[in-house]
Amino acid sequence: MEMEVLKFIGAGLAAFGMIGAGIGLGNVFGSYFNAVARQPSMEKALSKYLFMGFALVEAIAILAFVLGILLMNA
Amino acid sequence: MANPLEQFVVKPLSETPIIPGTEIMMTNQSIWMFGVTVFLGLFLAFGVRKKALVPGRLQAFVEMTYGLVESLSKDIIGPKGKKMIPTIFALYMFITTLNLAGMIPGSYTATSQIITTAIMALTVFFSVIIIGLMKHGFKFFGLFAPAGVPLPLLFILIPLEIVSFFIRPFTHAVRLAANMMAGHIALKVFATFVVGFMAMEGAATFGAILPFAGLFGITILEVVVALLQAYIFTLLTCVYLSDAVNLH
Repeated sequence: MEMEVLKFIGAGLAAFGMIGAGIGLGNVFGSYFNAVARQPSMEKALSKYLFMGFALVEAIAILAFVLGILLMNA
Repeated sequence: MANPLEQFVVKPLSETPIIPGTEIMMTNQSIWMFGVTVFLGLFLAFGVRKKALVPGRLQAFVEMTYGLVESLSKDIIGPKGKKMIPTIFALYMFITTLNLAGMIPGSYTATSQIITTAIMALTVFFSVIIIGLMKHGFKFFGLFAPAGVPLPLLFILIPLEIVSFFIRPFTHAVRLAANMMAGHIALKVFATFVVGFMAMEGAATFGAILPFAGLFGITILEVVVALLQAYIFTLLTCVYLSDAVNLH
């Protein structure tokens, strides 16, 4: 196969890294809703940790995204 | 059909550079950033011009936005972070307004360029290092070695902490840029579907309703994302600055 084609295949494969981030984000938000449903008065305090956790998990998806862009332009 | 990536092209407004002999020019990106800065300055100054005890609508809006950032930095950095609130507030307002300005049809989203966000993220990164070194001196490097960890574990933990410290400005910058970019690409892709259906003949034209409804939904989602990403950028700025001020 040509290099040009392989680049795009690699970029597509790099997007698989986002599967993990997707599962992780689902976990973060699911746990948050669970916690708020059990203890609604903690909503404000928890929302800060929610966004922190969200940002950390999303960092993995960002690495996958950048890897894809790098592979495409390599 | 137009390329969905076309909206991100940086075009110089005129061929004459600002400083002769260089390539520094006004572009469609920088004009939006200038415009937003001027707008923000005027808007905030106009909002609090009366300094009324019982605020009017505009003053209440400005005060509430400030209150949001103030409570955020108070909760995360603590009382020591009071000096940093103006910077954090400026950062928050600038990003929010740029993000929302990008939602105006035909406008340019300056935050979708990594250079815009990277400058802000690097400013935060170097502020963390400089403030940390000024406040704690050599003790600042204790950031990389959490207290109460057994010695053998430190050999693994310290390299990990160092890597995660240096990767921060990178993810900080790319998170905002990538989110803005991805959303705007999705908008344009759905818009091309609408145009494609409209170009068909006969009853197929009515198929345009489906992607149009999707476009409507994504537009609302994008406004939410614009506000949320600005909030997250500010929140992470607070978290990083808190590391510098309070150590762990």
